[in-house]
Amino acid sequence: MKYAWYPGCVSQGACPELFKATLAVADKLGIELVELKEAACTGAGILSERNPELSDTLNARTFAMAEKLGLPLMTICSTCQGVMSQANFKLQNDPEYLAKVNETLALEGLEYKGTTKVSHLLWVIVEDIGLDKVEPLVTRPLTGVKIAPFYGCYILRPTMYLGFEDQPERDTYIEKITTTLGGIAVDYSGKTRCCGFPILTMNEKASYAMAGDHLVEAKEEGADVMVTPCPLCHLNLDGAQPKAARQKKVQIGLPIIHLPQMLGLSFGIPPKKLGLNRHIVNTKSFVAKVPA
Amino acid sequence: MEVAVKIKRFNRESGSGPYYEDFKVECDEHEMVLDALIKIREYQDQSLALRCSCRSAICGSCAMRVNGHAGLACNTKITDALARSDTIVVEPVGNTTVVKDLVVDAKPFWEKIGKVQPWLSPTGPTPDHEYIVDNSAMLALNQVMGCIMCGACVSDCTVLEVDKRFLGPAALAKALRFAGDPRDGIQAERLQKLGGPGGIWDCTHCFECVQVCPKGVAPMDQILDLRRKAVENGFVNNNGARHAESLANSVKRSGWLDEKRLIVESYGFKNVGALLGLIPTALRSLLARKMPPLIHHKRPGADKVKRIFEKLESKQ
Repeated sequence: MKYAWYPGCVSQGACPELFKATLAVADKLGIELVELKEAACTGAGILSERNPELSDTLNARTFAMAEKLGLPLMTICSTCQGVMSQANFKLQNDPEYLAKVNETLALEGLEYKGTTKVSHLLWVIVEDIGLDKVEPLVTRPLTGVKIAPFYGCYILRPTMYLGFEDQPERDTYIEKITTTLGGIAVDYSGKTRCCGFPILTMNEKASYAMAGDHLVEAKEEGADVMVTPCPLCHLNLDGAQPKAARQKKVQIGLPIIHLPQMLGLSFGIPPKKLGLNRHIVNTKSFVAKVPA
Repeated sequence: MEVAVKIKRFNRESGSGPYYEDFKVECDEHEMVLDALIKIREYQDQSLALRCSCRSAICGSCAMRVNGHAGLACNTKITDALARSDTIVVEPVGNTTVVKDLVVDAKPFWEKIGKVQPWLSPTGPTPDHEYIVDNSAMLALNQVMGCIMCGACVSDCTVLEVDKRFLGPAALAKALRFAGDPRDGIQAERLQKLGGPGGIWDCTHCFECVQVCPKGVAPMDQILDLRRKAVENGFVNNNGARHAESLANSVKRSGWLDEKRLIVESYGFKNVGALLGLIPTALRSLLARKMPPLIHHKRPGADKVKRIFEKLESKQ
């Protein structure tokens, strides 16, 4: 299986361990990744706030690159996935708009015909590869480990842009993968809510309160670790966890891992190779819980 | 068909609850959740409290949570509510105080609507005849004028869960209805006020309000429109506007995000307190080797990205 790979800014910035873990896991899953090195930032939902056409054009440019390669596009970030899904929906359903955007892409000799499929690694694993193909790769099952999913808003809402009509179970994939790897999925209400990252600099207290509430709830439900397919959520849940805990006046200490790190560990990939040592909240307690 | 309904019960006066009560009710496949609730109230438990009126998704009275998400009980099909569950779980809307069962105190909702001055405030001399509004100006407001004030968006707003000061999606969408109307004379004043604490920059982009709105108002989109208008009117001296500006400049310059610069520019170079507060996080990140690259390099193809910016920014 071959994908045009869009790693996104954060996996090449503040979460380099995500980039590393994705490559390690792709190898095991037999996924060939062709990185789109010239692709620009999606605009993260912020650029579209200022100038929707500009944001959509940058994304159309990325889709055109994948289309030229004849490959589906794979993301590893809920936010990138959401922004791209929304842009693609608009472009694929409005020929006039697509033509207008293509006028700008023509500046560099590109054209987007509207055929690129954009999928997050989370969807690729369940829908393209299949959990039955993933199960035999597990050499170090996550037996007895309680894992709390945290999806990230952009991969869940609005459902009309995110293919939920054809794939209504997309809000359960982390749990499905968790059980396939031998782990126990923890159910808690915060798993589909907002991590608070987008308002970190605008309303810091509210941002930490959101992260803190979900972390504490997951912990109270018995979670040993939290897993997320979104590096922006990771930044708040892991990076801001000490501040969120201080604001809530509680000890939290819940390790937050990226989706490919969970897969990789169960595939027997050494924790260091997955960057599990590159987190703010130490992941050793989680790694130690996984039977060797 | 026999339908299983689990209802969250509470009675503020008697202090009973909250607890969940199970009911079984006979319904037709075409019926709505509200039909099931009315049957329960009429034939099984007359003490069940709920609000409803038009039964046609017009009055907005019957907003409640069905299977964890806010919506109108009168336009939620029983079969849809049972698509992924054996039982329909009905709870009152969130982010407010419950009075009894599914009836909530609507006062805080209306107080916030009142705060955005939901009426036109024309300035200048009174016109001699009626004010003819340009069609295109009103078309832009069509979506937001579809709001029926049901409060579903407020119920599921993730910011309101942690910060009661936030005006919330319904009030902010209503604010656009007037700030975007050409007959209004105090647009700048409105936008300045809305840019303060608890206003437009506190929305967290979670899309909950867009997802649950039964009338397609997409309140978050209206909030983003207000942000655009605020920036256009020069109200940029706040972290939200600086954040958006920094992100755009970073992508324009290099093709991708300069995370270090983004956070500093968002707070603003003069905000020494906030910048000093970043030091512990920066040190922790450094120790974990989680820092973005020290030197932010341009992505290959950055010049082409810049050209797109130049073309499309000049059009604005």
